[in-house]
Amino acid sequence: MDLSTFLVQCLNAVQYGLLLFLVASGLTLIFGIMGVINLAHGSFYMIGAYMAFSLAPIFGDYFIAQLLAGIALAAILGYVLEWAFFSYLYQRDHLQQVLMTYSLILVFEELRSILIGNDVHGVKVPEWLTGGMALGEVMTYPVYNLFASAACIVVAIALYCVVNRTRLGMMIRAGASNRDMVRGLGINIRLLYRIVFAAGVALAALAGMIASPMTSVYPGMGGHILIVCFVVVVIGGIGSISGALIASLLVGFVDTFGKVFFAQLSGIGIYVLMALILIWRPEGLKSKGY
Amino acid sequence: MKYTSRPAVTALAIAVAGIFTSGASIAQSKDPIKVGFMLPATGTFASLGNMIENGFKLYINEQGGKLAGRDIQYFKVDDESDPAKATDNVNKLVKRDQVDVLVGTVHSGVATTMAKVARETNTLLIVPNAGADLITGAMCAKNIFRTSFTNWQPAFAMGKVAAERGHKKAITITWNYAAGLESAKGFVEGFEKGGGTVAQNLTLPFPNVEYQALLTEIASKKPDAVYAFFAGGGAVKFVKDYVAAGLHKTIPLYGPGFLTDGTLEAQGESAQGLFTTLHYADNLNTPRDNTFRLNFAKAYKTNADVYAVQGYDAAQLLATGVKAVGGDIGKRDQMLLAMRSASIDSPRGKFTLSPAHNPVQDIYIRQVKGNLNEVKGVAIKGLADPARGCKLF
Repeated sequence: MDLSTFLVQCLNAVQYGLLLFLVASGLTLIFGIMGVINLAHGSFYMIGAYMAFSLAPIFGDYFIAQLLAGIALAAILGYVLEWAFFSYLYQRDHLQQVLMTYSLILVFEELRSILIGNDVHGVKVPEWLTGGMALGEVMTYPVYNLFASAACIVVAIALYCVVNRTRLGMMIRAGASNRDMVRGLGINIRLLYRIVFAAGVALAALAGMIASPMTSVYPGMGGHILIVCFVVVVIGGIGSISGALIASLLVGFVDTFGKVFFAQLSGIGIYVLMALILIWRPEGLKSKGY
Repeated sequence: MKYTSRPAVTALAIAVAGIFTSGASIAQSKDPIKVGFMLPATGTFASLGNMIENGFKLYINEQGGKLAGRDIQYFKVDDESDPAKATDNVNKLVKRDQVDVLVGTVHSGVATTMAKVARETNTLLIVPNAGADLITGAMCAKNIFRTSFTNWQPAFAMGKVAAERGHKKAITITWNYAAGLESAKGFVEGFEKGGGTVAQNLTLPFPNVEYQALLTEIASKKPDAVYAFFAGGGAVKFVKDYVAAGLHKTIPLYGPGFLTDGTLEAQGESAQGLFTTLHYADNLNTPRDNTFRLNFAKAYKTNADVYAVQGYDAAQLLATGVKAVGGDIGKRDQMLLAMRSASIDSPRGKFTLSPAHNPVQDIYIRQVKGNLNEVKGVAIKGLADPARGCKLF
């Protein structure tokens, strides 16, 4: 493998890793702050992808507007779901959370099947993001993939700033460490939770929308990404955003280079990585201690 | 039992037994033959299942709806292309409906389970699509037939063609599941026999379609040719991504017909000029094929494809057996023998069955032009699957 190919593979790895981060950061926020194991998080990713499939014909080349509309819709969905279902789950044990969120997966899959069907669909890349830039003599790298990485980086920076530089972020971090103390200080923890949950759903849906032109939309896509994201969260340390970022990139690299160099073993690479890291640090790279 | 008097039960039993013994020979000729379709009616393969069923029924209707004087009665189960539900689904047909013959299916994993149940219950099975080598390989049996192909057949032929076209070094790429791996293996065998070498076998988990990393690898290895096995939505995306990455300009892409069959409209410009191999093509232009296509179009208002042909031939194969015993399908051994030695006048061209009950058929080389997979010649005449592991012969 020459240097330029290596660099292109690094681009691929970063692109996949950043996409994982968008999904995993929402998952780890919800788990870390509210203590809810949300198996339905992959469904939000799937909903995002199917939303892109349904919205693309309406918005056409106004891709950014489409993304914003999708984020808004997903946030509303998250807000309603928190109010209707998840707000009852905080005081329950993990078994009940798992049962409840698993049944939500079944509901979402069935709704998808009724509303859109079970076919595999492609989503068109908007006109202004088509084409590729030449890399080396044979290969061109799709402009859309570069855009996807850039969009993920923007969101990651925004997320970092909100969590670390704002009053809301301070409350979120405090809520993650000691929810009773936060409530004691007179902060509306219910509203805080609702906002965090809506943000988590919006992040997953955004990832689904960005991914859809690269991966197609297909039944069961939520389940596939959910498992990988749990690997990311476990490696990164539960509840840690920066841990999730490092873990996402690690998983992106192992998966991408594994596919290329150990094709027959490509399915197990990330699980081996998880096992090795858990032996070294049983609580993940950046554990917050619970 | 408690509320029925004994004489009444005895009388009933005698009556039932009487009907059974006296009516047996009459029933044999008058009862319809029960055909159990286990095909996908929902999901990605739904349209394929529909084509197979229509093809099958077209042939039966051409015979006046009867085989050797016996009516045909259809039973249907949607297999959902779900291997986890396969055993339950096939048992519905075998145990509940007690069908005389099973016809199915598209998905190799589901078909393998059907073959297992057919072996255990000795039910006659005709596979109208699934290419798993295993079914007419290690799992082969007297009562299991296939009217389609093995994954090995078109792949091996493509390997030979690629070598003949002067390519020396190739890379294969497919999903990491039975059909894909079998196909890649078949290509390697044919290509190496022709003097080429395969540098790498790339795979990704089924049904992932994130090809970017693997396309980068192909670009860096600069092979003379790429052999890809994908189907349905995955095939559409692969062909498009391959072109988007600019690889088509320097590295020709080859595959079995599934890469372009039924997906040409969605692939559009990207697929133009692609060479593939299969046991059927769009403009064979033989009298047999033209008649078939015309009748099919009249009956179903749509064009026939390879799946329709396979369903049509499944009915032809069954008819050969039923006719050989004059409709008395109780004469099982005689019927199976007739099917085994059948010569099927298929729209794809005449074929016979190998000792393992898989078609010995011509594999065509086709090229995409517009919305058609045009025939360019015969890659291998009368290609038989090696049926490795089969103990029937």
